Amino acid sequence: MLVEIGHFALVLAMLVALVQGIVPLVGASARSRALMDLAPPAALLQFGLVALAFAVFMHAHIVSDFSVRNVFENSHTAKPMLYKVTGVWGSHEGSMMLWVFMLTLFGGLVAGLGRALPASLRARTLAIQSLLGFGTLLFIIATSNPFDRLFPVPADGRDLNPLLQDPGLAFHPPFLYFGYVGFSITYSFAIAALIEGRVGAQWARWVRPWALSAWCGLTIGIAMGSWWAYYVLGWGGWWYWDPVENASFMPWLLGTALLHSAAAVEKRETLQRWTVLLAILTFGMSLIGTFLVRSGVLTSVHSFAVDPTRGVFILVLIALVIGGGLLLYALRAPGLETGNPFAPVSREGALVFNNLLLSAGMATVFIGTFYPLFAEVWSGVKLSVGPQYFDATFVPILMPAIVAMVIGPVLAWRRGHLAAAARRLAPALVGALLAPLLVAIFIRTAPPAALAGVALAVWAMLGVLTDLADRSGFVRLPLSDTWRRLRHLPRGIWGYATAHFGVGVLIAGIVVSTAWRSERIETMRAGDSLEIAGRILRFVGVTEANVANYHVERARILVERPGASPMPLYPERRWYPVARSQTTNTAIATNGFGDLYLALGDPDGQGGWVLRAYYNPLVPWIWFGAILAALGGLVSLSDRRLRIRMPAARAPVSVAARPVDS
Amino acid sequence: MTVRLLFAAVLLVMIMGPSVQAVEPSERLADPALEARARILSKELRCLVCQNQSIDESNADLAHDLRLLLRQRLVAGDSDHQVLDYLTARYGVFVLLDPPFTPVTWVLWLAPPLLVLGGGALLLLRAWRRRLDPGTPGLTQDENARAALLLGEPR
Repeated sequence: MLVEIGHFALVLAMLVALVQGIVPLVGASARSRALMDLAPPAALLQFGLVALAFAVFMHAHIVSDFSVRNVFENSHTAKPMLYKVTGVWGSHEGSMMLWVFMLTLFGGLVAGLGRALPASLRARTLAIQSLLGFGTLLFIIATSNPFDRLFPVPADGRDLNPLLQDPGLAFHPPFLYFGYVGFSITYSFAIAALIEGRVGAQWARWVRPWALSAWCGLTIGIAMGSWWAYYVLGWGGWWYWDPVENASFMPWLLGTALLHSAAAVEKRETLQRWTVLLAILTFGMSLIGTFLVRSGVLTSVHSFAVDPTRGVFILVLIALVIGGGLLLYALRAPGLETGNPFAPVSREGALVFNNLLLSAGMATVFIGTFYPLFAEVWSGVKLSVGPQYFDATFVPILMPAIVAMVIGPVLAWRRGHLAAAARRLAPALVGALLAPLLVAIFIRTAPPAALAGVALAVWAMLGVLTDLADRSGFVRLPLSDTWRRLRHLPRGIWGYATAHFGVGVLIAGIVVSTAWRSERIETMRAGDSLEIAGRILRFVGVTEANVANYHVERARILVERPGASPMPLYPERRWYPVARSQTTNTAIATNGFGDLYLALGDPDGQGGWVLRAYYNPLVPWIWFGAILAALGGLVSLSDRRLRIRMPAARAPVSVAARPVDS
Repeated sequence: MTVRLLFAAVLLVMIMGPSVQAVEPSERLADPALEARARILSKELRCLVCQNQSIDESNADLAHDLRLLLRQRLVAGDSDHQVLDYLTARYGVFVLLDPPFTPVTWVLWLAPPLLVLGGGALLLLRAWRRRLDPGTPGLTQDENARAALLLGEPR
């Protein structure tokens, strides 16, 4: 009964979405206030219905209602409760539900918070958002119904893929989807603005908080996914240039460009067309990321044959959203106002430069991901594109972007001076040149690429600090004044500083952990020991036990360092009998500057076990950096100039009261 | 099992597989220099039956066989190039994770630099066409409004 209510709510939500997708659009062009005003309550209703369906679906998982096919296929009575709840989005149907939940959540948020938006813009934005919702709901109901019943009802389920039975499942998909789907709102805003024919500073002010929120979610989501892969997969890697990773990275790159170009629209009324295009493409990449990759088209061209309706549906949806958006753009963009001019050397210039590199970087990832597919279709040659390709193409494209990322913020809007910027950044420049020199002196074998990476990381971090020192009058003024100035810097500045510093930390983590990791792979017996990164690992033995829905083999290893008491670590292997699958559970000891990483391998049948031990220096900085970047986004979001709850129609006074930008 | 599996599993392409094992101690060559070359080469070779993994990372039987084959060739005195050529002859370019520059991959390799250069040229051309006249004040609407307010002009 409850399940039918959920199913019914989902169908109802789709009908509401259809109405909300049409009536306000008509109302906006007919200038009918009544029709336009339908949008906000409809958006809230749609969200309420989807939330109800989602709750019912979650309930079915929690009570293990195996009459629901999805629960049978992805759950088991012995599965721990945490994974009964989070397993909700651990299947295709469930993740589609999470997707549409987020989509309607954003619609509901705009309906609830966007009261200050012009009525027509709000009506159109919500209508476009609702059309996206309609497409997704239709897809779910027609091809991926989560409420499909089974009869006769099986006694027990097939259990969730053990790889997913990890606390990471609780956080990674929701954040990732918050990011992916968050860009739907900027898409809807962009389409609405194209219909209205006006993209100005005000529009950018409305769009930026949404873009920023989505970007923060995506940043955290990707970082968590990478961390999860790092600790669960058992050989210490954290990024593999895998199509599924690339799928999340592409909207992130474009979303980053979008954030920055929207800032230029808001501050300088320039780059309007480019920003609208980015908004369309960013969400386009989100769609391609979730749907196309999911459809299996990348893994194998034949995956479509497995479920042709899904594949075709996905392709049509993507074509409509991206193609429709681009068509409208082609028709309407020439009519948008021309942006204010600026000199090549200016803050706008730096933003454009980095936009170019981020977009080209995105295109490179796109080509690397999809080219094998096209090549096979037209030449019949099966190609592989591995990390080596991305290291050789993507990395060099992004390196100048890191250089410019530091220079841009110290340039003036409209016309800047490189010489002045160089003077302001002199300490950072000195640091960026000295650091690799020092490294090269201490580590003679340091590869040149790693030295360049060190220089970039130091440049990015010191650049931010130098800029903050400069803005606060450090050295020039007494310390008390500096402190006062620092405290009064706008949140937007703090946001940029935190995020850019985070990028420096991230690069440091990537470079150092890639260049200087150590690895030992040995067969160990009780009493054996091996040495890695100044530590002795003593293999005590392996114990076995049955826990919840798995069987575990747990090794006990003592880590000994001179001058410290031995620390035990317990890497394990788990066998999930229902899913007939094995997972590795690594043991990681971190001190913030490096990880000792242990993974237990196969037994050799003669009392020995393969032990994989890695020491990954500075690897935690990768995630510290990503968290700092997301934190910077949140700090910017808290700037009162960027509040989601937009102030009522801006009076000229408030314009004057706005702090003057540096 | 690669990250593909993890992410893909989250995104619901469910592929069951055993836990990750990759290169085994028993496969190792006695000569550290040869073994180091083998490790580098095995990172460039795709495990053909896996999702998107090098033979260095995969525990599939085929990856194991390829790791042994690769080491046999190295012990027999093949250069890195000869090993890769040998495997390409047997399995096609699909086995190479670092795709060679051939007519089929021209677009793949040339597109990234051309995109950057082309985009850059386009931007420079645009900037040159719309050179900023140092004399123009170039205020935004907001700034005009603020200026008007500061000057006490009626709006």
